[in-house]
Amino acid sequence: MSDVKTPNTPLWEVFIRSRNGLAHKHVGSLHAADSTLALQAARDLYTRRGEGLSLWIVPSNAITASDPADKGMMFEPTVSKAYRHPTFYDVPDEVGHM
Amino acid sequence: MYTQGLSNPDTAAPAKAAEGAGLAARFQERVDAEERIEANDWMPDAYRRTLTRQISQHAHSEIIGMLPEGNWVTRAPTLRRKATLLAKVQDEAGHGLYLYAAAETLGRSREEMFDDLLSGKAKYSSIFNYPTLTWADMGAIGWLVDGAAIMNQIPLCRCSYGPYARAMIRVCKEESFHQRQGYEIMVALCRGTPEQKAMAQDALNRWYWPCLMMFGPPDGDSTHSDQSTRWKIKRFSNDELRQKFLDALVPQTEFLGLTLPDADLRFELGEGDATKDGARGHWRHGSINWDEFRQVLAGNGPCNRERIAARRRAHKEGAWVREAAAAYAAKQAKQKLAA
Repeated sequence: MSDVKTPNTPLWEVFIRSRNGLAHKHVGSLHAADSTLALQAARDLYTRRGEGLSLWIVPSNAITASDPADKGMMFEPTVSKAYRHPTFYDVPDEVGHM
Repeated sequence: MYTQGLSNPDTAAPAKAAEGAGLAARFQERVDAEERIEANDWMPDAYRRTLTRQISQHAHSEIIGMLPEGNWVTRAPTLRRKATLLAKVQDEAGHGLYLYAAAETLGRSREEMFDDLLSGKAKYSSIFNYPTLTWADMGAIGWLVDGAAIMNQIPLCRCSYGPYARAMIRVCKEESFHQRQGYEIMVALCRGTPEQKAMAQDALNRWYWPCLMMFGPPDGDSTHSDQSTRWKIKRFSNDELRQKFLDALVPQTEFLGLTLPDADLRFELGEGDATKDGARGHWRHGSINWDEFRQVLAGNGPCNRERIAARRRAHKEGAWVREAAAAYAAKQAKQKLAA
């Protein structure tokens, strides 16, 4: 049997909302034949100790990721735009907190 | 639970071109700066191969590690012990799955890695090839085997490869219950009848040496530690981890009123943490039978064949479930498309 290749099962990404009011956060991935089984597996695999109140399951191949090689092009321009931050602006001390 | 780095080192392929060398230098800079390497980042082929091997062996160890303990689930002495043992075995399955997922980010599928385990191509921790003969072995495994695993795994939470480090953080959080439940079993047996205490001593006698071996060969013989250290996959040497384990183990054994089966065990004054009497130094173990270790790794341990046979049987008997789930998913997808 071990000379027969086991067929691949689809991969899913798991997101958990840990508390009411917080966003769903990525916790890991798992294999399952369909979304129903993926949800059940996620419950067993990622919430054995009260980790959350809600689960999202997303097919891994539905995710489009930015290329690490494009990091400079994608994100550097925001670093050089310091005027997008409140601390860029001088407000006289007398005015107090703004 | 554990990575022993079991196979031979990769012979690093000669760098293809100056471009490769430049990338490799950049990569090492990032590692040196304690940056985490992520799945899509450039990495040397040998780094990818080393990690794929280490993480998949680690995953296989978790999966095989369910077998020695599964042996006692139906015979646990109380409902409480049975529930905790089941929860522990379920955790091991979970740890295996986190680790397969981390390994998959490097490019091999879980199914390929699992097939390598079933065919005997892939290795797993030597410790799981020893039998669990009595209930006290459940105590000894939790206390010693999981204790050794924690020593190994805590530094892996800072491994340079992000997906592995994150999986290890989850595993370590869950693992401390395993060691505590094991020690609790040992305490109960040691406070019980003379027969129960003798059973605890017998388990300790059988697990002590294999647990010392779990950390892998002595530093002088460990061939690919240097590269793993440079890549910040490994943070402490095999001997350093073994020493930490032993220093923690001796007082825990004394508390139980048990004796380590090591005639040459001695305390050596010197550098090191203070013991409870205020002495500084380290406990030193007697010489380890590395021939036994090599034999177990080569497939000749007491339970190697049994372990793989059990996994193959489970995989074969579960084939219809995988097929049915896949067929049902395909049918649902088709109906959704038609609707």
